[in-house]
Amino acid sequence: MIEIKDLHKSYQMGSNSLHVLKGIDFNVKEGELVAIMGSSGSGKSTLLNILGMLDEADSGSYFLDEVPIKGLNETKAAQYRNKFLGFVFQSFNLINYKTALENVALPLYYQRKKRKERIDKAMEYLGKVGLAEWATHLPSELSGGQKQRVAIARALAADPKVLLADEPTGALDSKTSYEVMDIIQSINDEGKTILVVTHEPDIADMCKRIVHLKDGVIVEDKEVEQVRASQYV
Amino acid sequence: MKFIFERDTWQEIYGAIRKNKIRTIITVIGVTWGVFLFVFLLGMAKGLDNSFRSQFNDFATNTMFVWGQQTSIPNEGFKRGRRMQLTLDDVETLESQVDDIEYIAPRNVTGQWGTPPGQFVKGSKSGAFKVFGDYPTIDKVSKKKIFDGGRFINEEDIKYERKVCVIGEDIYKQFYDKDEEAIGDFVRINGIYFKVIGVYKPTQSGFEGDDSIFLPFTTFQTIFNQGKNISWMVITAKPDKNIVNTEATIKTTLKRIHNVHPDDTQAFGSFNLGEEVAKVNGFLSGMRLITYIVGIATLIAGVIAIGNVLLITVKERTREIGVRRALGATPAEVRGQIMLESVLLTFLAGLLGFIFGTLLLWGINTAIGNNDDIPILNPTVDFFAVTGALLSIVLLGTIIGLIPAQKAVSIKPIEALREE
Repeated sequence: MIEIKDLHKSYQMGSNSLHVLKGIDFNVKEGELVAIMGSSGSGKSTLLNILGMLDEADSGSYFLDEVPIKGLNETKAAQYRNKFLGFVFQSFNLINYKTALENVALPLYYQRKKRKERIDKAMEYLGKVGLAEWATHLPSELSGGQKQRVAIARALAADPKVLLADEPTGALDSKTSYEVMDIIQSINDEGKTILVVTHEPDIADMCKRIVHLKDGVIVEDKEVEQVRASQYV
Repeated sequence: MKFIFERDTWQEIYGAIRKNKIRTIITVIGVTWGVFLFVFLLGMAKGLDNSFRSQFNDFATNTMFVWGQQTSIPNEGFKRGRRMQLTLDDVETLESQVDDIEYIAPRNVTGQWGTPPGQFVKGSKSGAFKVFGDYPTIDKVSKKKIFDGGRFINEEDIKYERKVCVIGEDIYKQFYDKDEEAIGDFVRINGIYFKVIGVYKPTQSGFEGDDSIFLPFTTFQTIFNQGKNISWMVITAKPDKNIVNTEATIKTTLKRIHNVHPDDTQAFGSFNLGEEVAKVNGFLSGMRLITYIVGIATLIAGVIAIGNVLLITVKERTREIGVRRALGATPAEVRGQIMLESVLLTFLAGLLGFIFGTLLLWGINTAIGNNDDIPILNPTVDFFAVTGALLSIVLLGTIIGLIPAQKAVSIKPIEALREE
């Protein structure tokens, strides 16, 4: 699903150049649930941004579902993001003046789906994260965990190939974190490929594979025995 | 451009506008105020314009007056200082010789320029008033409003030297009770009985005032023993003629008839309304220009306010825009949405301002009514001016919306999402 070869990325910080990614080789097969771990500054978010086409690598190759991702203009990148990727952010990033349902329906709007279809689909995914009865509520009326579940529903609504979650539990207490991870696991169980960036070991243990990043290189890449989140819920 | 016609686009925009109430209101106020002032200024200028025009309206603007004075150059054996007296013969000559003339009306007056006024007696009351001897033509040049039931002097009155008179509103008020019928009543002027045939109300122009008496020209001639002499004549040129040229032709003709030296500027006095009207017109168009400049400047200020507010909101909405782009909004879609928001806001605000402005004008119009003291008449705005103004603010809104829209797409989605 994801094939990355010798990925490099550096940022210009004034006169200094900060080499963040120093040659990443990384493959993800369909249906995997991968945790990307690393301390702050290890380059994990940069990697996720490149995977998410929000940022572009300086060199190296990146194939997503066998489509080369290179030299995309913003329009093309936007279309690819919409088609291939679902995003879950640490700070939820819901649009605060839209209801839960409208937030979930937004990616479908950019897919030019009919209104009826958007509502139906959004409703379906809201139900999947257990928030059907909160459909008409604004984000400000939801708890942190509920917000993140809406964000997950939104990421799923467009039926992406890959779900990218950047510290999805970073702003949540552990109980809600496990609820969110439970949902992520159940989505993965249905066959969705998911990448989770986290620095919390217990969250990483709930994935099937852990990739450790340190100073811009992968130092460890191992399959793990998945800890089911449902037992904590 | 297809997305402009899609319901979904508008729903997105409606959502964004509705949910950002404060900025929407602030934005709208700026442009609403601008258009409101624009409409108000234009309306008031138009009202002033109408008012000035109405003063001339009842007066054919292509009109001149000519009267006799004293010569200043000796000519053909006549010494200087000879008094010029215009006569009915002059009128005839001019009428036959000068093609430019549309109407020519000789007039006689007593009670002006040192001549004794007429004695008006009704019952036991009496008073002294200016008396004019006029042809019906004068009514074509200087229109007077005649109250219901009455009429002005007609050709029959002239022909039969009828002893009839038209009196001013003020005389009516002085001599008659309220609701008392004046028409058909007999009054005495200089000891002779006249039948009142009409009561006139003066228009704002003219120097007859509302306390004059009009008699048929021929009757006046006989009673005041004028012979063929006339006080002055009023001449209206044909619509396609320049009154200034006509004035010159007429004076030249008169000088020839009366053996006056061609260079004598003193022999005949004249005055034409054309020049006066031109002056007022110049003033009015100057005022209109100022109105437009001020109005358009206000509009621009309003639209810039919109651009400013949108720019701030784009900054506020950086994150939202970042999210939208992460979810698959293309730069064109983001740009289109921001611009449409700008256009929609300016348009709605403009419409609102137009409605308020029109309401105010209507209110002013109602409040003033027919009060002649306030020089505002029927303040309206030109439909095309308003449409043009609305179109141009929509255009300006589009242009000004480009700036925040460009800013919105120039931020990389990754940076937008990082924004705290």
